[in-house]
Amino acid sequence: MAGATVGSGSGGAADLLRRLFVRLGILPFLLVIAVIVFSLMSDNFLTGRNLMNVLRQSVYLTIVAVGQMLALLTGGFDLSVGTVLALASVVGALVMASVHAAMPDAVFVAIGLGFLAGVLAGTAVGVANAIGVAYFSVSPFMMSLGMASVGFGIALYLTGGVPVYGMPVEFGDVFGFGVILGVPTPVWVAGLLILFLWILLYRTPYGRYFYAVGGNAKAARLSGIDVRGTLFATYILCAALAATAGMLLTARLDTGEANIGASMPLESIAACVIAGVSLRGGIGRLENVVLGALFIGLVQNGMNLARIESYLQTVVLGALLILAVVADQVRLRYVASAKN
Amino acid sequence: MVASVPLLATRNLTKDYPGVRALDGVDFDLRAGEVHALLGENGAGKSTLISMLSGAAAPSAGHIERDGQAVAFSSVHDARDRGVSAVFQEFSLIPQMTVEENMFLGAEHRRGIFLDRAEMRRETERILSELAFDLKPGRKVRDMSRAEQQMVEIAKAFRSELSVLILDEPTASLTSHEAEQLFRLADDLTTRGVGIIYITHRMEEIFRIGDRITVLRDGRYVDTVGIDEADEDRLVELMTGSGVGATFPAGAAAASGQEEILRLDGVSTHGGGARDVSLSIRRGEIIGLAGLVGSGKSEAMRAAFGALPISAGRVFYKGEEVTGRSPGDAIGNGFLYLPADRREEGLLMVRPVRENMSLASLGGERFRRGIFVDRAWERRVVAETSECLNLSPNRPEMTVDRLSGGNQQKVMLARSLICDIDLVILDEPTVGVDVGTRHAIYRFIVDLAEGGAAVVIVSSDLSEILNLADRAYVFHRGHIQAEFCGGDLTEENVLARFFGKESA
Ligand SMILES: Nc1ncnc2c1ncn2[C@@H]1O[C@H](COP(=O)(O)OP(=O)(O)OP(=O)(O)O)[C@@H](O)[C@H]1O
Ligand SMILES: [Mg+2]
Repeated sequence: MAGATVGSGSGGAADLLRRLFVRLGILPFLLVIAVIVFSLMSDNFLTGRNLMNVLRQSVYLTIVAVGQMLALLTGGFDLSVGTVLALASVVGALVMASVHAAMPDAVFVAIGLGFLAGVLAGTAVGVANAIGVAYFSVSPFMMSLGMASVGFGIALYLTGGVPVYGMPVEFGDVFGFGVILGVPTPVWVAGLLILFLWILLYRTPYGRYFYAVGGNAKAARLSGIDVRGTLFATYILCAALAATAGMLLTARLDTGEANIGASMPLESIAACVIAGVSLRGGIGRLENVVLGALFIGLVQNGMNLARIESYLQTVVLGALLILAVVADQVRLRYVASAKN
Repeated sequence: MVASVPLLATRNLTKDYPGVRALDGVDFDLRAGEVHALLGENGAGKSTLISMLSGAAAPSAGHIERDGQAVAFSSVHDARDRGVSAVFQEFSLIPQMTVEENMFLGAEHRRGIFLDRAEMRRETERILSELAFDLKPGRKVRDMSRAEQQMVEIAKAFRSELSVLILDEPTASLTSHEAEQLFRLADDLTTRGVGIIYITHRMEEIFRIGDRITVLRDGRYVDTVGIDEADEDRLVELMTGSGVGATFPAGAAAASGQEEILRLDGVSTHGGGARDVSLSIRRGEIIGLAGLVGSGKSEAMRAAFGALPISAGRVFYKGEEVTGRSPGDAIGNGFLYLPADRREEGLLMVRPVRENMSLASLGGERFRRGIFVDRAWERRVVAETSECLNLSPNRPEMTVDRLSGGNQQKVMLARSLICDIDLVILDEPTVGVDVGTRHAIYRFIVDLAEGGAAVVIVSSDLSEILNLADRAYVFHRGHIQAEFCGGDLTEENVLARFFGKESA
């Protein structure tokens, strides 16, 4: 053993805060500040009803963000998540509406087929990303940026830019507004997906492989890990999650739209970064990303209650993202040169 | 050497990292014209000490004196401007840049606002030829082997006027031939009054060039001894606080006639690293692969493992042709390769010790319960292995980048202890590992072989091969130059083939 353990020494609140910051990152601080600020600005903020609202509104971002986290873990990212949302929504709605028109009685067949079609259409974008990144070594940045344009074009082309109507009302009733045991259906879906991902990441070898590939791809390969396969799975999972979010959002809106999801790439990456996921790969925890996404939902909700203009909200969000990255750098510096 | 004021000295120098005191009140001094060796076990604080002497880190307490004046180096550049240059254990080269771009990074020669490329090329060539390093200034660093990168790193220290040179395990991946080059250089420098701080785990090097030796243990200063009052046992005792037995364990004689486990038939790799290599390895054998840097010994083994594409020839493992299969397949069948460059290819620096150790084993049955990782088993095996390798600090959840160099090496080696293996290739297994642990690793290699596995040691440390191997192949320019076994396996015979004389 090298040296004696350094005692905690001089106390002080500032020192304690700095230690907490080094240990936990910026997210807990932001959460506390947000809660204090918004509950001062609006009496309605800290009510059970409003918080459930935040939860329900954040579901879509949360699902997309945990997918984005996989891409970040392996050292890449996915800029096409917004397009995936849109494409899933449009294709899902088109299929659902036409099946419903053809067989008005078989409501749940229409819903099932439509949901499936939407998820598959969105996942197809992920397959393209996966092939490009894993087998042709295209940088994730270029690949997903290109696919974002391709997917968005297809979604617009399919709809001519107008919303798709004609889905059975039951779709919205169940997946958009439904409540089971007091909890909204979309929250249940998100919860199940997160549980599945958590088990995958922290209880199976495959989860380790995501971290290993992002931590050091060469070392992972020499340790017998299928690096290509892992990258492949990453982009497909990421797209499948985003597509599911797209279908849930479609149920909420009751229309298929090519314009939803435009803010998703930025917001999902922001949620991850605020939660301490490293842009260099290999670092980040699922539970923190869920918190990160909830935090962004909280801020948006708070700003709405405080009647902050939506244009300004975009400014705040961008600023938060940059703040998070800066804070992460500062933290790294503390860790590296901590002189206690 | 009579020098009243030391070139460089430390007074009560202390460095704290979160939770660890890496260096604790160390007094040290370097005189002009001496080679002062720093000795200590892995994690003793050697690299920490020089990180402060070279301006890379600031002390938590205490101070540094340069020519008797207290100084505070603000950066590596600052230290270099005051004549103190360091070659670090972990390289600071930019892989995408060429040798000459790296050499002058941050101190580019200019004419007005423009780079003076011709001047830099001339300077680079002058320095390289003065050092007798065989490197092309225009080559990209990422295309070079670790040893060649080491040479660039050393050359970098010579770009400005120098009065203190700090070398942290500079010979770690150099062969004795290249190391000798470096020693001659050191001799030359000291006669010009330069002081050298030299860190190594190889005792014979200390006796070759050292003048005084300072020993550190657990971050504390233990003693400074002159080279003529030191002998190996005494130094080991100072380092460890107790003695260590013979370095090399007595191995059982080669179990000849056993089943062949690996055979290469005329294997060549793309790019010509290995050319027409044929060799055969049986169970229970310890095989040494010797040769200069870039002689193709690693390439041949990487090709067999599936980490390098094969352009011609065939590979047989356990009697079955496996040419062109992936590393994953190899590991699944009990064939493991551990690379020479732990940072670049071996470890996940940002992940904890536990994950790094078990990484290659997770595919295997023993680490699974159904599709899940058997985490209790994993924790137990990791704890046992860390114990056995004397990992310090022994904290399985600590990220690997916070360990000292030698302890990082142990983490990587642990993989071969944890896997079920029939054949393991260890590329430079003891680079940067202290004497005590080196002993444990050798013991482990012999045990593996006695248990029926085959071990291949690719090494630039000839004594390792001579003492451990039952049989050795000598590589030269991609070819196998000679094969020795039993009584023929002597330093003379092996060295004679290093430079490609006609094979017998
Ligand atoms: N960045 C860091 N954060 C925390 N602890 C560190 C850090 N760097 C080094 N240490 C600790 O400081 C101690 C001394 O490490 P140091 O690298 O100086 O050892 P060393 O003598 O150079 O060993 P080796 O022979 O293995 O290179 C070790 O216990 C190590 O774990
Ligand atoms: Mg060191």
